[in-house]
Amino acid sequence: MAIRERMSGNEAVSYAIKQINPDVMPAFPITPSTEIPQMVSNYIANGEIDTEFIPVESEHSSMSAAIGAEAAGARSLTATSSAGLAFMWEELLLAASNRMPVALALVNRTLSGPLNINCDHTDGMGARDTGWIQIYAENNQEAYDNFIQAYPIAEHPEVRLPIMICQDGFITSHAVENILLLEDEPVKEFVGEYQPEEFLLNPGKPVAVGPYAVSNFVMEARKNQLIALENSKQVILDVAKKFAQISGREYGLFEEYRTEDADYIMVIMGSAAGTAKEAVDQMRGEGHKVGVLKIRVFRPFPAEEIAEALKNAKAVAIMDRAESYNGNGGVLGGEITSGLFKKKYMVDCVNYIYGLGGRDFTVTNTMEIFHQLSDMVENGTEVEQYQYVGIRN
Amino acid sequence: MNEKIEIRWHGRGGQGAKTAALLLADVAFKIGKQVQGFPEYGPERMGAPITAYNRISDEVIRVHSNIYHPDYVVVVDETLLHTVDVTRGLNPAGAIIVNTAKSPEEIAPQVAPYNGKIVTIDARKISEEALGKYFPNSPMLAAVVAVTGIMPREVFLKEMLTSYEHKFAKKPEVIEGNMKALEMTFDAVENK
Repeated sequence: MAIRERMSGNEAVSYAIKQINPDVMPAFPITPSTEIPQMVSNYIANGEIDTEFIPVESEHSSMSAAIGAEAAGARSLTATSSAGLAFMWEELLLAASNRMPVALALVNRTLSGPLNINCDHTDGMGARDTGWIQIYAENNQEAYDNFIQAYPIAEHPEVRLPIMICQDGFITSHAVENILLLEDEPVKEFVGEYQPEEFLLNPGKPVAVGPYAVSNFVMEARKNQLIALENSKQVILDVAKKFAQISGREYGLFEEYRTEDADYIMVIMGSAAGTAKEAVDQMRGEGHKVGVLKIRVFRPFPAEEIAEALKNAKAVAIMDRAESYNGNGGVLGGEITSGLFKKKYMVDCVNYIYGLGGRDFTVTNTMEIFHQLSDMVENGTEVEQYQYVGIRN
Repeated sequence: MNEKIEIRWHGRGGQGAKTAALLLADVAFKIGKQVQGFPEYGPERMGAPITAYNRISDEVIRVHSNIYHPDYVVVVDETLLHTVDVTRGLNPAGAIIVNTAKSPEEIAPQVAPYNGKIVTIDARKISEEALGKYFPNSPMLAAVVAVTGIMPREVFLKEMLTSYEHKFAKKPEVIEGNMKALEMTFDAVENK
């Protein structure tokens, strides 16, 4: 039986952690993810779970300790945001290359400067090349559901990679909304006990973790890591299918909302996808054939699948909630158009940067973007191909 | 009630406007509504103007933006009337609820050209009489429920009693005062 509740995104992830009862959680607080270690600490103090909480002196240490715990054979996790993730950068690569299935609750927040505590995806996008699986959520429900699916994906023998479960800082992390929770038992059964194949505290099978590799081995190690990331795509889908059996909620690599006959599609990730869907419904009511493609799995990037989903559109708005300073567009803009190009699908794409540092993104913004696309296609109006939404001159 | 109600709260950091918005979401959830309660964070410091929002609906709420055309506005600190455009986008068929000792007629010039309904509630007087201290939260929450009609008085009071019993499990002595503040607020709104 599903439990009807209302809670914030941070509460939802903390509740999932409580139900999973992982072995070790090192953490250092940073807004807006601070509540997660705080709430988990409460669960521990109340004797509800027996996770070993390690208060560390920095995020560099929290990820190091999580890696150490994983290497010892313990299921570990941490939570962070923004500069905290940046401070983990070296360890992020270590976790992935040493094939440590650490889970990280990332509550997305921008990075300085200007100093700001609010949401954008600068932190997550900054970690895009670290080898982690990254899954994004539209709301508290998805943050909860994704976290429950995290370990079955990350610990799968064909994967064994760390995983980031991302949600938008404040917008979902601090918003109280309705949610359907699963009962403890089905969650525990779904996630299962962690049975690592190899670990340091296994006297029967000694292993080295993180040793030096001469030049003759590095490329093979990297390639194996890439294969694992590619494998994770099918595992993510398989885990989602199993999750649907216990929850009734279905997830894919991305969600297509009213795109089947859409002339204009907006590709977007995170909490703003819900806002965009609302705009789509209103515009559909006025006869506009518009739809939304919401990216759930950002790493591994489903470039081919997205290209297939977009190929029949007259134009696509690609929404990036982070600047990438390549002078040519945002991260999603680059990766999606590259996917289309490789499939030889020539679809007009306009790349929009929105919502930086918590700038609000509204139903009206969405509608204006769709109208701009149709104006471009139907009236031949020139449209800036890479632009900032709602920027003041 | 309408299919969907949108509420914007204006307060100052430390006064509990955010907490009140979350409590409203809580109590509306308990009667089966779809809810959203969320703060808009500026600089986090005591006394700075802050905004919080509620969406309450019978249908699933997907929008994750701030509220620009609220049905109701709640002003927890009347000094904000001078500095923040509190009635911006406010539905003329809705209402503005102001925590003040003044009358709606006295407040009207301060919120002009808005000419919709103005409800004033003296949360300080109520709170001090009921609780012996100034916590504007409970009276403002009750005022919103009374003015919007989100739920009947008795249902609200019953749900709030359960909430307080849970929230104040370790200091039950404050439950009675808070309940009294809610009742006094309802009386004040209903007698206007």
